Amino acid sequence: MRAIINQKTGRPGLPELRNLGTVLRILLAVNGAAVVAVFARESRWEALADAWFETAAIVEPHLLVGVLVLYVLAPVLERLPYQTGAMTILGLMLVETLLLDAALVKLGVDVGTSGLLRHAMFSLLLTGVLLGYFYLRARALSPAIAEARLQALQARIRPHFLFNSITAVLSLVRTEPRRAETALEDLADLFRVLMRDNRQLTPLADEVALCRQYLDLEKVRLGERLKVEWHVENMPGDALVPPLVLQPLLENAVYHGIEPSSGTGVIGVNIFLRRGEVHAILRNPYKLSGSHHGGNKMAVDNIRERLALHFDAEASLESRINRNSYEVHIRMPYRAAEPEDARV
Amino acid sequence: MSDAPLRILIVDDEAPARRRLRELLDDCASALPLVVVGEAASGREAMELLGSTPSDLVLSDIHMPDMDGIELARHLLKLPVPPVLIFTTAYHEHAIAAFEVHAVDYLMKPVRVQRLLAALQKVPRLRPLTGTRLDRLPAAARRFLSVTERSRVVLVPIEDVIYLKAELKYITIRTAEREYLLEESLTKLEEEFGERFVRVHRNCLVAREAIRGFERHVSSEGDAHWEVLLRDVAEALPVSRRQQYIVREIGRGDDA
Repeated sequence: MRAIINQKTGRPGLPELRNLGTVLRILLAVNGAAVVAVFARESRWEALADAWFETAAIVEPHLLVGVLVLYVLAPVLERLPYQTGAMTILGLMLVETLLLDAALVKLGVDVGTSGLLRHAMFSLLLTGVLLGYFYLRARALSPAIAEARLQALQARIRPHFLFNSITAVLSLVRTEPRRAETALEDLADLFRVLMRDNRQLTPLADEVALCRQYLDLEKVRLGERLKVEWHVENMPGDALVPPLVLQPLLENAVYHGIEPSSGTGVIGVNIFLRRGEVHAILRNPYKLSGSHHGGNKMAVDNIRERLALHFDAEASLESRINRNSYEVHIRMPYRAAEPEDARV
Repeated sequence: MSDAPLRILIVDDEAPARRRLRELLDDCASALPLVVVGEAASGREAMELLGSTPSDLVLSDIHMPDMDGIELARHLLKLPVPPVLIFTTAYHEHAIAAFEVHAVDYLMKPVRVQRLLAALQKVPRLRPLTGTRLDRLPAAARRFLSVTERSRVVLVPIEDVIYLKAELKYITIRTAEREYLLEESLTKLEEEFGERFVRVHRNCLVAREAIRGFERHVSSEGDAHWEVLLRDVAEALPVSRRQQYIVREIGRGDDA
């Protein structure tokens, strides 16, 4: 429901008015239009700056108040059917323009004789164009196209992991049957998640549990070579995240950080909540020379794209190579699972 | 000869995989006389073991730290009696496609006991891989150069090499400690290790990391030429006229 592409109605709706991406697009579009208007009105170069300040003094207050009004009313507006919602927004913007103009006049700002009418027209026109743009954007991203893209982006596990794990489990069957049982159960859970429909967001606690199962399996295989340090005391377990947002990165960490070395390597997992955002930082040892061949970029790009589809500009994924380690930092908005979504 | 048990070395970086192979080989032992002479966690360990423990067959994983299976195959050829090599691998990747083409033997993990037994029974008829067949396999640059000394194989880590110099029939490998003689082609070594070495002369590749600087010499006849100064060894190597551009290319990079 929160995610841009995740509209349950199956038809494009109003844009998410509290989404950073939406707000940024509105700000850019209106300022762009204002710049065009200034260029159209003023032909002398030397007067451009003055004309811009004059226009901005009118446009910016309207723009900011407008965005603020939409932000405040977003929960109400987003519940309306699309057409009613769109008309309401047009109406709101018209009223906002007229009221603010009146206030500006009272404050002694000269809006000119035809100002009121021009501002109202400008406001209605831009709101209409923006609504049209968001409608088309939503159509392009949802539901069929975005779902197809998400389907294609579903994380894939490396086949060598599956076959090596099965070999490891087989080696336990005769001597440590109980450990073999646990390992097979972990493997079953992992593949249940990998094979299910992974387009809906899931609670972070589930993703972390899956990561632990995955790493337990890797420990059967790699033994002492793999050490994991968890720092998840301040993790918001109810935060909704794209499924398999962390597991493929851990798989990379094992493949590139642990397997190429015969010694012990440490993978660090640090997940915490800060200022309404969920941060996940994964770290693994990294040697520039002699490491495994590529393939790393694919998983990272895949997750980055899925984050963008779900959260737009509010999420990010950054990776960097330090002296001896490789680090991935994911930032996501904190959206708690609603009670009805809570698992037993 | 057929009465002697088949001597087998298991090479895999994952302990469970080694244990599993050992179990399966135990299962085969009733059908075919065999003995597991050792286990190694990398190609490098395998080479060390093979120096003292001769084997007829090496069962080796492909992806391993320190030295992978394909590099191991190349060094095995330097042994006085190279063992037969069968790869074990978890996944049908591009290397395997090349194995098929060049009839390199391999087993898929998880290994089935029937497949393993069939492979073991084939061993007396299999011949060790040849260098030309190995050359056709897709492989990363080696991590070691191997030289035979008094019928033992010595591994020289590529990071230790200061320069490689072609002399008549052999190539001299110079490390900080000593020299070794290698029977390979300088051109092929240059292709394989590309960026690590720079050609300073028709007959000489120098490790970039080992270059301390350059010195200009003027002979009594007035001819000038450059020499490479090296870390850890006192020798200086002449830079040929054709390669003189590297003096500016590398010299500048080092001064910065």
